[in-house]
Amino acid sequence: MKMTSSIQHDMTIHDLHQRPRSRKTSAWVLVCFGLMLACGLALPLAVQAQSVVETVEQVSPKVVKIFGAGGRKNLYAYGSGILVSPEGHIATVWSHILDGESVTVVLDDGRRFNGRILGAEPQLDLAVLKIDAEDLPYFDLDASTSDAGPGTTVLAFSNVFKVATGDEPVSVIHGVIAAKTRLAAKRGVFEAPYSGPVYVVDSVTNNSGAAGGVLTTRDGRLLGMLGKELKNNVTHTWLNYVVPMSELKSPIQQIVTGNFKPRSSDSAESAVTVRRYDPRDFGLVLIPNVVARTPAYIDRVVPGTQAAQAGLKVDDLVVFVDDRLVPSCASLLDELGQLEPGDPVTLVVRRGDKLETVQLTAPRNR
Amino acid sequence: MRHDVLFPFMGKRGQPGWLVAFLCLVSSVSAADSSVLEAETARADMITRVAPSVVAIFASSGDGGGSGVLISPDGYAVSNFHVTNGSGNFMKCGLNDGRLYDAVIVGIDPTGDVALIKLLGRDDFPSATIGNSDLVRVGEWAFAMGNPFLLATDFQPTVTAGIVSGVHRYQYPAGTFLEYADCIQTDASINPGNSGGPLFNARGELIGINGRGSFEKRGRVNIGAGYAISINQVMHFLDHLKSGRIVDHATLGATVRTSLDHGVVVDEILEFSSAYRRGLREDDEIVMFGGRPIGSANQFKNVLGIYPDGWKVPLTYRRDGTKTDIMVELRRLHQVTEMLPNQGQKKPKGPQQPMPERKPGDAPDPHAAQEPVAAPEEWKHLFEAREGFANYYFNRLAQDRLFKSLEEYAGLKSNETRWKFAGTLADGQEFVATLAPQGLGLKIGKSGIYFQPLDGSDPVDEPAGTGGFLTALEQLKLLLSRGAEAFSVVTYIGSEPLDGVGPKVDVLQTDVGLVQARWYFSQTSSRLVGFDSSLARDVDACEVRIHSVDDFQGKRFPSAFTVRSGEREFGSFRVNALEIQPLAGKMQ
Repeated sequence: MKMTSSIQHDMTIHDLHQRPRSRKTSAWVLVCFGLMLACGLALPLAVQAQSVVETVEQVSPKVVKIFGAGGRKNLYAYGSGILVSPEGHIATVWSHILDGESVTVVLDDGRRFNGRILGAEPQLDLAVLKIDAEDLPYFDLDASTSDAGPGTTVLAFSNVFKVATGDEPVSVIHGVIAAKTRLAAKRGVFEAPYSGPVYVVDSVTNNSGAAGGVLTTRDGRLLGMLGKELKNNVTHTWLNYVVPMSELKSPIQQIVTGNFKPRSSDSAESAVTVRRYDPRDFGLVLIPNVVARTPAYIDRVVPGTQAAQAGLKVDDLVVFVDDRLVPSCASLLDELGQLEPGDPVTLVVRRGDKLETVQLTAPRNR
Repeated sequence: MRHDVLFPFMGKRGQPGWLVAFLCLVSSVSAADSSVLEAETARADMITRVAPSVVAIFASSGDGGGSGVLISPDGYAVSNFHVTNGSGNFMKCGLNDGRLYDAVIVGIDPTGDVALIKLLGRDDFPSATIGNSDLVRVGEWAFAMGNPFLLATDFQPTVTAGIVSGVHRYQYPAGTFLEYADCIQTDASINPGNSGGPLFNARGELIGINGRGSFEKRGRVNIGAGYAISINQVMHFLDHLKSGRIVDHATLGATVRTSLDHGVVVDEILEFSSAYRRGLREDDEIVMFGGRPIGSANQFKNVLGIYPDGWKVPLTYRRDGTKTDIMVELRRLHQVTEMLPNQGQKKPKGPQQPMPERKPGDAPDPHAAQEPVAAPEEWKHLFEAREGFANYYFNRLAQDRLFKSLEEYAGLKSNETRWKFAGTLADGQEFVATLAPQGLGLKIGKSGIYFQPLDGSDPVDEPAGTGGFLTALEQLKLLLSRGAEAFSVVTYIGSEPLDGVGPKVDVLQTDVGLVQARWYFSQTSSRLVGFDSSLARDVDACEVRIHSVDDFQGKRFPSAFTVRSGEREFGSFRVNALEIQPLAGKMQ
């Protein structure tokens, strides 16, 4: 079994990256497993058990069970959420569970509330609910949000499989961050509504009902929100991704304070659009898309790819795609994502003081 | 390794967080070095210590199997019903000493998915230390051991590590009546073939029996949610399983619902249930059950699911703001015929079937009924088939043991006698009891005269409100004067805490006519400490509790006992004279 699972993780991680990066990837795999062995499993049992038990007691009350629409074939009607304010603001994933007028939120102590949808950021697959309650345990997004790298031992809390009901605490599983990378969703491979930085976890955190749950460090620092179930249709492997809280923090806070503007005006439309291509399909790696309007700088050009052949260089700033202005990484991702196989595409980049124009073609085989 | 470790320093512009996180990791690794090694050694030592108790079970036909764990040196091992169900009455069990042992089925609990088997050929088997599953906390380490995918052809168990993901979980019956109540949820990998194997805590104590997982759409391999039957539940049922019976779970005779203010209230209640007789009614709120606070219907079912039928369990209910404590007797959930082997597994499923399968089962196809294989010649006397039993041999063994402990009453053995004993009640009144073949009489004080004819008429509740004390005395006379032959059916039931709260007693059940008696034997002294005699089903029994036994002219006889029925005490009797008269065919 050990064999099988490590092979599977390996495959999963490869899926995330393009071939040219696979050497790096295997290095990461080794790092992950090395560190997992070194610090994850081998810490003194007594010490570790004690602190995990305490963390569980601390974190569980901040995770809620959500019950809503769905229940049809293959559609479960339950999910998870994270309390982000003492007044009952709950961050969760945007999903069919929220299709109804309202949802039922069950707290750790068994209290049930009607939750209404306060706002959503479909591009981040994020929704914020509100229940009418006070003095709830919650995650302070400013104080407790943290960041972690591969090898970090983590805990995932969620309403997985609806195992917990009433005042039963949500389920907790342990794992190790296998990679921190970008989730590159591509039609036919990953039908992921979210595209951006993710933690990839080596254990099965993303099951039915787990989406919207929380990933923390072993000592309870908030890392991110568990994503949906995601299957690679080519390899039939499942990917356990977690959206870093750093991505979600400001939209959550904006929705909570009522100052939220969706990233794109046609959010409902773009929410369901699956990006067919991403820059890596052309041999481009952009700088990390960390803020809403990250400029589309090229971080790396993969040698031997059409981007390299076309003469694109590191630190080029993409400003136009087919004469349309590209104000951010996100819009470049959108532009490239809409191409059909074989489509020509013209990029205008700013290099130093000059503008350069290059011609690329959407690859037919990826 | 060093290259890999250095990797994050290279070319990761714009992500200093990684560097910081990584430096922290590096420093903690080097600082933890010696303690890391110590912890690893401790863990490896623990695994080495417990591994000999882990059993790899193979069906005698050679197809299928699963896991188990030895719980006592005489070879008793616990597994899942769904493992042994397809394995025949005799199976082969591998231990990590590399040897293969014969084993025989002892008892099964189809509802709770537990089976007890006995490994044969040694009386010094390595066995696991039993933990207390009620003390298990979420976040603690858990180690699953067993034979996943039947990999352990050399009988070395596979170990998987995880944490406790949840406790007191309730898992609905999945397709069959197999119910996992009050189970432990773990993310330790539990796969096909792990079924029946042990879940250990970090101290190497047995906390559960792995048996089930949530698999859903990803095929029958672990996806982070496995379930183990709590070892405390198994221990409640252990003596029942040792009885060789097909053991049943229980019902309260009432259904509950979760009310709007998240209390649990009685929805419907059967009028002939023990709970009804003790005063529980519809809409009463159940506050505590089995010593646990009840906040959801699942918690109620969790408590109900861990007790065998016949046990008495404390219950607290609230009505109009007033709390009342009662002791309820649990009643059986199924008819015997519902639980016959192979009944619980209606749909054989192979791994090729993609439907969600919620039990790990056992590779390659554990649920398919196996061809019966001839019992090993050496051991075939250890199995006796009988309806309602997994293996009647073990019941007979227990009956023999309990009847043996009645030998102190050997002086009362005789077919035709008249018993007359007299003494005082706690309130000072004198009493005389006469038990003759024609009838039973009791005189208390000057005016209390009670009589039960033995002319074939139905036994009655005499004195009224005692549950039939006179008939109870007759049952005692039958047991002590004639033994097993006086009854139409004798069964060893298992054990239960005396009156729900006392020390555990072995329970022997006898039937004669409509009257059923349950005889209680102390597990420490093996002496008869009391009995309940019921005139019919679903009425309050006459409960006699024996406090002392004395010599009366060379014959041992109970000298002090209390009589009670339905929580009402009838009297405390002290015997000071006994007369046993043989009846030489002459009427008195």
